Amino acid sequence: MSETSPRTVEQSESALVTAAKAGSYDAFEQLVNRYEHKIYRLGLNITGNPEDAEDVLQEAFLKAFENLPKFREDSRFYTWIVRIAVNQALMKLRKRRSDKLVSLDDPIEEDGEVIPRDFADWAPNPEQLLGRTETREVLEKAIQDLPPSFRTVFMLRDVDGLSTEETAEVLGLTISAVKARLFRARLRLREELSKVFKRG
Amino acid sequence: MDCQQVFREISNFLDGDLDPELKRAIEAHACGCHHCEVVVDTTRKTIELYCDGRLFALPLRVRERLHATLRQKCHQKLS
Repeated sequence: MSETSPRTVEQSESALVTAAKAGSYDAFEQLVNRYEHKIYRLGLNITGNPEDAEDVLQEAFLKAFENLPKFREDSRFYTWIVRIAVNQALMKLRKRRSDKLVSLDDPIEEDGEVIPRDFADWAPNPEQLLGRTETREVLEKAIQDLPPSFRTVFMLRDVDGLSTEETAEVLGLTISAVKARLFRARLRLREELSKVFKRG
Repeated sequence: MDCQQVFREISNFLDGDLDPELKRAIEAHACGCHHCEVVVDTTRKTIELYCDGRLFALPLRVRERLHATLRQKCHQKLS
């Protein structure tokens, strides 16, 4: 790869991939710039550990760099790097929880129908109710309390903006499994946040 | 349409992934049902809170380490 190729601004993802494959490090770096924040946040929320999230970020982009010539472009680069990062993050999680099998395709536990229990209105600007640090702690605690399979689907769909189909592809799940996990994740998070953000 | 049906479909409703008739029925129910209105609004707000990129920002030190590692890898490949 050459570091001296001209910088291209706001190129499409596929143009950047083509240029990176042809040897432009600048193009690869633009892909990194575009997605590094999302990949870090994904790693942080799956593993729940900043050190692991940093490793996930490094390993995912290093793997992408090394395997770029083999990337067949039958999916978006973003979907590809997300898949690599999710696998890295799950490996970290399995290491930390060596007594537990961490799997994304476990059947959803049958704990009955998910029913909202808290019907209180929230304060108008919940994020301003607490300081930013405290809000972040509340959100992190709530998402870490979700099972990994719910947490990962929520992150990919709602935070990283993958479609249901892309999420299913990345995680090797059916579309209905993605929807069921997303539904439960959203309602569980809402219940937890309601305890903190409700009015009065 | 009752509250249970709204709760079951809330995720699809927020994603706009419902047929128009069911969507209208949920909207009509939520207009007259405070509980459902709150659940729809606060579920939407839950998603919005997690989408605030400032909350899970990439630390500068982590970013710099990533780019330094990748540049080093690139040099190794060239040499």
